[in-house]
Amino acid sequence: MATTVPRGVVSAPLLETRALTRSFGALVATRQVDFRLDAGARHALIGPNGAGKTTLINLLAGMISPTSGQVLLKGRDITALGEAARVKLGIVRTFQINRLFRGLSVLENVYIAVAERMGAAPSMLRPAGRRRDVVDESMRLLETLRLSDDAARRISELPYGRQRLVELAIALGLSPELLLLDEPAAGVPSAESHIILDAIDRLPAAIGVLIIDHDMDLVFRFAARITVLVGGAVFASGTPREIGANPDVRAVYLGQAADG
Amino acid sequence: MSDHPAASALAHRHHVRGWEPVPWIVALAFYVAFPKYLGFGTEVLVTILFALSLDLVLGYAGIVTLGHAAFFGAGAYTVGMLAKHGFWNEPLTGLALAGIVGAAVGLGSGLVLLRTRGLTLLMLTLCTMALLEEAANLGQAWTGGFDGLDSLPIAPLFGRFEFNPLYPTTQYLYVLAVLFVCFVFVRTLVYSPFGQSLTGIRENILRMPAVGAPVPRRLAICYTLSAGIAGIAGGIWAQANAYVNLGTLGLDRAATVLIILVLGGHGRLYGAFVGAIAYMALSHFLSKIYPTAWQLGLGLLLVVIALFAHNGILGLGEMVWRRRSRAAS
Repeated sequence: MATTVPRGVVSAPLLETRALTRSFGALVATRQVDFRLDAGARHALIGPNGAGKTTLINLLAGMISPTSGQVLLKGRDITALGEAARVKLGIVRTFQINRLFRGLSVLENVYIAVAERMGAAPSMLRPAGRRRDVVDESMRLLETLRLSDDAARRISELPYGRQRLVELAIALGLSPELLLLDEPAAGVPSAESHIILDAIDRLPAAIGVLIIDHDMDLVFRFAARITVLVGGAVFASGTPREIGANPDVRAVYLGQAADG
Repeated sequence: MSDHPAASALAHRHHVRGWEPVPWIVALAFYVAFPKYLGFGTEVLVTILFALSLDLVLGYAGIVTLGHAAFFGAGAYTVGMLAKHGFWNEPLTGLALAGIVGAAVGLGSGLVLLRTRGLTLLMLTLCTMALLEEAANLGQAWTGGFDGLDSLPIAPLFGRFEFNPLYPTTQYLYVLAVLFVCFVFVRTLVYSPFGQSLTGIRENILRMPAVGAPVPRRLAICYTLSAGIAGIAGGIWAQANAYVNLGTLGLDRAATVLIILVLGGHGRLYGAFVGAIAYMALSHFLSKIYPTAWQLGLGLLLVVIALFAHNGILGLGEMVWRRRSRAAS
């Protein structure tokens, strides 16, 4: 694992769920999920369509609340906290389908996120451009993602692959401790997907990452641990080697993916 | 890093551009050149102020409302009732009270209705206004009911300048000064980080909580400030005309200001100016040429704008400008 806990020190994991359950009417989308993720982890969530992967991300991000069970961040119960409050605690997500500020420039998109994180956003009487710290931090982020050439362009003028990078830039602008990536390369033409994959590879080591993706090459290369969800419940969990060798997983998922 | 063109564009966008003094110079020139039309000019300036308040919620925060006259009327009746019943008739403080009452009504109703979106929100803004209008209609002893309150005894400005309804020179300059102050405030606000977060809410309200933004609080603050400015617009209208009636709270007024903003271009600050002048000048002249069917001409113009220029007259201008400069380069 990415972190080593000194012997004798009991340390809570970065994120933990206890018997997390969410049902929509008769459908149980998340079923008794016990899950843990350490600081700096590289963790992948896989499973067939409808396995409840995005629902689990939504529960972790606070976009929906669980029917029962708990979510803990560093040992603190945050089940009752909403989306915005969890962002302040460092739980940040990206979306499977872009949720960007389409009429604004790339720089403004990132500015909005960075201004929230740096506490500049409530300020009313000072011009946004005078907060040089926010502008510079936003530009620095765009540079690390090699987006600075597009900084002045509107989102609606960008190719989809570049838009996916902005999605990531907004998330990184919030200084996450835990980053939830919901299919970061979804919808990106394969010729451009390496840009996204490079960016994910270069994420700071300190950030714990939970990624959903259907690209098994990406998952097995990137993740140090994999959790397989089936029917909303944890079906298997382990290192990529263990998961790859697990005959049950192959039967329910990997074989299926290889066929399709 | 701030040398990057995008960064310096962001850093400089709040700077006053060369043409920005023009509307104010025109307004002062109008005062000198058309002393007979100052009544009309005052009406235009009040309308600009009202449309500006709507631009803040609609153009920047993306709150769709059909009930903005609720705050205009609240401000107008505040001034009217205080003056008519002999409580208070000093103009500047009266105007401040009108703004405070408008803002209070905005905060109170906003806390409830801003939890909703789309059609529900639209209907609730409409209902809030209809409730206030009916309350003003029923509270006859205080509000004058259907007839409203006229001959309001507004005290002279600074104790010196009379509000003469026949020669509204004081009114014109007074409204112009108040419009200027409010405009500077709104302009500062929309270029601030707060204003940037409002445009974020407009562009993608679902993303904002995911960047940690307290969306309900931001919307409530924006709505309250806008309602306060609309209250000032209503209050100053009552002072300038020395009367107040149910029309200040009516759907007609709320719809007209919405049309004006759409016509001029929303989310652009100056759309309120262009829209108010275009609408009021057009209706003024059309009603002279075709006294019976002038609204038809206005309707046709609106259809054309709605179909071909989503961002109003200013948006159309920007598009032409961009094409020309692209062709030139």
